[in-house]
Amino acid sequence: MDRFVELKALSKQFHGPGLLPQRRGGTLAVDRVSFGIEKDSVFGLVGESGCGKTTLARTLLYLEAPSSGEIWFDGTLLGELGTRELRRFRRRMQIVFQDPNSALNPKMNILHSLEEGLINLGTAKDERRRRIVELLELVGISPAHVRRYPHEFSGGQKQRIVVARALSMNPEFLVLDEPVSNLDVSIQAQIINLLLDLKTEFSLTYLFISHDLHLVAYLSDRIAVMYQGRVVELAPTDELIHRPLHPYTIKLFSSVPGIRGSILKQQQAAVPAGQQKAATTATGCPYYEQCSRGDAACLQEEPQLRDVGNEHFVACLKIEGNIPQN
Amino acid sequence: MEHLLKIEGLDVRFNEAAHALRGIDMFMDTGEIHGLVGESGSGKTVTSTCIIGLLPVPPGKVNSGSMIFKGRELLKLSEAQRRRLRGREIAMIFQEPARYLNPALRVGEQITEMLVLHQGLEKQQATDRALEIIDLVGLKGGRKILRRYPHELSGGMKQRAMIAMAISCNPSLLIADEPTTALDVTLQQQILKLIQSLKQRFSMGILFISHDLAVVHEIADRISVIYAGRIVESTTKARLFEEPLHPYTRLLLLSIPDAGKRGTRLKTIPGTVPDAEHIPSGCAFHPRCPLAQEICRHQDPKTVNYGKNGEVHTAACHMIGKKWIDS
Repeated sequence: MDRFVELKALSKQFHGPGLLPQRRGGTLAVDRVSFGIEKDSVFGLVGESGCGKTTLARTLLYLEAPSSGEIWFDGTLLGELGTRELRRFRRRMQIVFQDPNSALNPKMNILHSLEEGLINLGTAKDERRRRIVELLELVGISPAHVRRYPHEFSGGQKQRIVVARALSMNPEFLVLDEPVSNLDVSIQAQIINLLLDLKTEFSLTYLFISHDLHLVAYLSDRIAVMYQGRVVELAPTDELIHRPLHPYTIKLFSSVPGIRGSILKQQQAAVPAGQQKAATTATGCPYYEQCSRGDAACLQEEPQLRDVGNEHFVACLKIEGNIPQN
Repeated sequence: MEHLLKIEGLDVRFNEAAHALRGIDMFMDTGEIHGLVGESGSGKTVTSTCIIGLLPVPPGKVNSGSMIFKGRELLKLSEAQRRRLRGREIAMIFQEPARYLNPALRVGEQITEMLVLHQGLEKQQATDRALEIIDLVGLKGGRKILRRYPHELSGGMKQRAMIAMAISCNPSLLIADEPTTALDVTLQQQILKLIQSLKQRFSMGILFISHDLAVVHEIADRISVIYAGRIVESTTKARLFEEPLHPYTRLLLLSIPDAGKRGTRLKTIPGTVPDAEHIPSGCAFHPRCPLAQEICRHQDPKTVNYGKNGEVHTAACHMIGKKWIDS
């Protein structure tokens, strides 16, 4: 089946310093990531800081060209589009960043911030104003405040304005990069509800990036777990929560503090510090160093994502074809 | 029994206009982790800077109240006496260790400085003690770590170095101000475990400040919820999560997303936290409270103990026992 958004072996490498950059050690921030996002669904992406979540999002929107791999959006291969076509195309996919303070220009009042995109689209002035009022009402900001500057709004309000700006392009696909992690608990819930309402109203597709597992599990239909640039596990939410298979996923889930107990109880003792194994080689499993199950085979062969049933994919050599039942 | 720290009616203003703390009442015992939970701007950090004696005066000013630490009134001590307490008896760790470690000094120098100043140790003794402490906080590498500069350590290691500095003089009270907020979940877990093990080892009282109820649930023995400069509810962890009394606590608990609530809308608290210059009249929570009545608009509720069988469960709300928020 054709997916709405489809990544095929997407990689992004950042070059090291120096005149001949390719020869110095670069960073492979995203390493052959493949997955598909269905229309009207929420796809969750979790991982710790530095695992490549944000680079993946930026590359996915072609804000940075990927080093290799393909991105398909609604049947179009983005790499084949010219700059101009890409600009027009990007209207259909928008991003909401983590920090609304740096996403809004402090020297522009919000009318101008919201207007910019619409001017680029060539919308007439009256139409623009009408649309902005409509958008602000939609996200719960009084249109009487359009002449205010970002510093006059609270964090939650700023994030609402950023969402409104993303919506001004009538996008079909929205990347939400940690949209609530800078907000207070009571404000988080307001923004989450707003995002859910907007999704239903405009039948949007979300890529939801967060380090907060509870939040991702609450929102997403499917979840991918990233570790050092690679997707190590990918499954529908219920499946992943009840049967995490990759040792990294298990460690991540059991570290999350929760009111109703951790998502998972501690299932295995973490590798004590000081007992860590030799450095990972270029081949082999990236998680080998931290893993309690690993052996020599993990250093030789790089685990690939494979299907273990129930649309559950995992990249680990130490999991047999049959799923261990809890 | 005498409490390790007892704060009563602590009232702090900044520049007269901003009423940051409006009568904080709380107490802490030795060997207990006390969680102080609140949103940004609710007065968590002002409370902790008052306890450790680092409130900037002016603009800050303590109008009234008392803080009894081990039988001594902190507010009546001279600056010299406060300085002797700070670091030796009361220590603090911060959210961003990178900002509080001196980037120009080696980690070892920063830890031994404390020991030389406060405990009068010789350089060599201090180094030996520092080695013990960094081993205790899980920094492997001994002397090598002592010779490192803060920028050579990772985020988790920096936080461990900061904890090492804080506990080097065996304080009786450790204030941890959002110590894990800047860390990843797996690191957070390690630091929380470390703090818990230190509590048992040193029998300190730990004031653990956080905005995250889930983290506090993991670590605290008792919890106080702070809103707009007042403690609105305070009790043991078990009671707070099973039987929250204050509508703010109740709504906070209901607004936390988890997988079990998929497909349902989250309960929200309308509006935002008031800033210290515009505290609403009466109960400060009334504009956001679904239960608010006429009385809430005019009269600030008193803190009442609702605990049974000698337990302490205080809350400040007019509507307790009269109305309730359904989940």
